Amino acid sequence: MADWIIPLTIAGILGFAMIRRVPLFDTFLEGAREGLQTTWDILPALVGLVFAVGLLRASGALEMICTALAPLGHLLGLPREVLPLAILRPISGSGALAAFSDILKTHGADSVIGRIASVMQGSTETTFYTIALYYSAAKIRNTRHTVPAALSADIAGFFFAGLFVRLLL
Amino acid sequence: MNRLFGWMIIGAVLCAALTGQMPALSLAAVTQTGEAVKLALTLMGTLCLWSGMMRVAQKSGLTELLGRALSPLLKRLFGGLNPHGEAAQAISMNLAANFLGLGNAATPFGIRAMCEIAREQRLGDTASNDMIMLVVLNTASLQLIPATTAMLRAQNGCTTPFDILPAVWCASLLSVVAGISMAKMLARSPSARIKADRREGGKFG
Repeated sequence: MADWIIPLTIAGILGFAMIRRVPLFDTFLEGAREGLQTTWDILPALVGLVFAVGLLRASGALEMICTALAPLGHLLGLPREVLPLAILRPISGSGALAAFSDILKTHGADSVIGRIASVMQGSTETTFYTIALYYSAAKIRNTRHTVPAALSADIAGFFFAGLFVRLLL
Repeated sequence: MNRLFGWMIIGAVLCAALTGQMPALSLAAVTQTGEAVKLALTLMGTLCLWSGMMRVAQKSGLTELLGRALSPLLKRLFGGLNPHGEAAQAISMNLAANFLGLGNAATPFGIRAMCEIAREQRLGDTASNDMIMLVVLNTASLQLIPATTAMLRAQNGCTTPFDILPAVWCASLLSVVAGISMAKMLARSPSARIKADRREGGKFG
């Protein structure tokens, strides 16, 4: 069923516009050109972030942070094995995907660990990446309380992931 | 963001120096920029596609319909925006795309929404409460069908990849609530207002 969503959405948008007699391709091009401009605007931020995260992973700093945070994880009801995911999830989408895939391979998708990791992955998004992307596109530099608010959503998500897996599964 | 960036990199270098991972770090330093460009290229395709779709949806009046349908919700969450404006429409598309699990589509809409909010509210380079709310809603992620997660589960031999769905729904919902509450709470905090007022000469809500 999930396979249908994207094709149906696109067909729906185009079909509706066709009925309303919108010049489809020309209008599409207008929008697509904006997309190009946006990519150009966000490229610098992307380079910086991917670079920084890559360094963190290669240096083993991420592993160290996870070990240091293991007691906190225990407090939140999160097994030590999902901590790399918890750390990476707010920071890097590809990093999180790598960590998630790794956890599933090592512990299996049906174990408690695998399930908690899955719920964590499915119920949160990449915080810093989103912040960097959105704000650099709109040329915002003072982010005020964005980071604490977004992180609290992530932490809540992790906590409830641990909770609900144990309650419901 | 400025300091985080500095700390991430310096921290990584220090760590590598201490743990003897310098070769790996060196390699990463050289290859990661290429990775970033690859990522940007992938994004560019998606951005162009969905920005194009958004333009079509706008021209046909679809986004306005969606905006009207979601306006009670938007009014509750985004106090400082014109409920029929471009920003509200873009936000509706963004939220709808997120909900349907169209992560790749949600991002362009979200970026568009952010730019529209900036245009409507004209606050220079400071994030407004509505911008923060938008970011929080996107990072908290309320998805009906977490397709990518399920796909990975299936790839790892799980025969019932969607069995986590109720748990995901509950965790998502509560994390969204937590994020919204935190955003609203911090928006009202005296320090947040002072910081914002100082920057913009008192034009905040």
